[in-house]
Amino acid sequence: MDGVADTALLEAAERIPDLVNACAPVVRRGRWLTAEFLLEIGDVPYHVSVESGRIRAFERGPLLMRSWTFAIHADAEGWREHWRPLPRPGFHDIFAMAKCGLARIQGDLRPLMANLLYVKDVLAAPRCLAQ
Amino acid sequence: MPGAHIEPVIGRYVHLDIAGVSHRVYFEEAGSGIPLVCLHTAGADGRQYRHLMSDDAITGHFRVLAFDLPWHGKSNPPPGWQDHEYRLTTRTYADAILAFCEGLELDRPVVMGCSIGGRIVLHLAAAHADRFRALIGLEAADFQTPWYDTTWLHRTDVHGGEVCAALVSGLIAPHSPAESRWETLWMYMLSGPGIFRGDLHFYRVDGDLRATTPGIDTSVCPLFLLTGEYDFSCEPEDTLRTAKRIAGAEVTIMERLGHFPMSENPEQFRRYIMPVLERIRGLAR
Repeated sequence: MDGVADTALLEAAERIPDLVNACAPVVRRGRWLTAEFLLEIGDVPYHVSVESGRIRAFERGPLLMRSWTFAIHADAEGWREHWRPLPRPGFHDIFAMAKCGLARIQGDLRPLMANLLYVKDVLAAPRCLAQ
Repeated sequence: MPGAHIEPVIGRYVHLDIAGVSHRVYFEEAGSGIPLVCLHTAGADGRQYRHLMSDDAITGHFRVLAFDLPWHGKSNPPPGWQDHEYRLTTRTYADAILAFCEGLELDRPVVMGCSIGGRIVLHLAAAHADRFRALIGLEAADFQTPWYDTTWLHRTDVHGGEVCAALVSGLIAPHSPAESRWETLWMYMLSGPGIFRGDLHFYRVDGDLRATTPGIDTSVCPLFLLTGEYDFSCEPEDTLRTAKRIAGAEVTIMERLGHFPMSENPEQFRRYIMPVLERIRGLAR
């Protein structure tokens, strides 16, 4: 089913740390961010620990009583389309997805907004896997 | 050895009275023929139109002009600006455009505006149609649903230029070339503190035209509306809804383009704007 986070989709998500950490311009863009945020792919949560732009840990949850600063949620179909090389209109940006109800952005938004170009790069990283 | 490539674009300053206040306004121009005044998006400046000004097929028939709104680009804010919060209103925006056209003695120019420029084009169509040869609204609608809180654009703990660029980055189509994408974002990083937010005051608070647009008479001044399919700020549905209430308005939904067609992907935009400009040339004959 399209709405279910299948193995291939979760494997793509779990490539995010390697993809980001191997890309020096992206790491540099995120050099001011040290925080943990929650990335939710359907009902599968990942705790993403960022240290000066490098992803130090990418842990599949749920993790009991684990804090996070901000959280970004979309269903499996939303991420599947977001990660296509050329996503359809509405799926190409996390705020576009939020505007039409495909994604939710929650929590302490200051670290997200202060590093938004970087976080968008992190979230879109699996896009290159499909190319 | 040949000399360096010099573009045909010329930049100058003009002193204009806008809403009763004297302003030093920067503008660029190229070409000759029908005056075509181009209005930049919120929080940006006239250089968004540099590709049109270097296109011989356009400048052979049009005098393309783009001015930086006061507080933007190389146009100064008025003296005493430091004690005021910048807020663009329908009146000051329309006054700036009319003052520029009158100041340069442009004969029934075409005005093409993008985003807030597209919105004010609708106001011009409703209130000043007889002054213009044709009007072109890019990413234009009578109203749009807000998609973020503009207070994030002007704070001391978030870099204004970077957050402005980051927010609008999603409005660019994924097909746009990297060089053009990042050039478009650079213009947003250059914006003065609070200026993008101040422009959005017009967009969100002062510029709701839903009650006005049905009164537009396109027999006086033709109106063309073009919107990119990837624009989720002014969605294609917003433009289509707007056009539906204006008899004679012509709409084009542009594929593989977002909110900044003229700067994010000039080649793709050219495919859509050239036929419109050709139509306008036909009107002048």
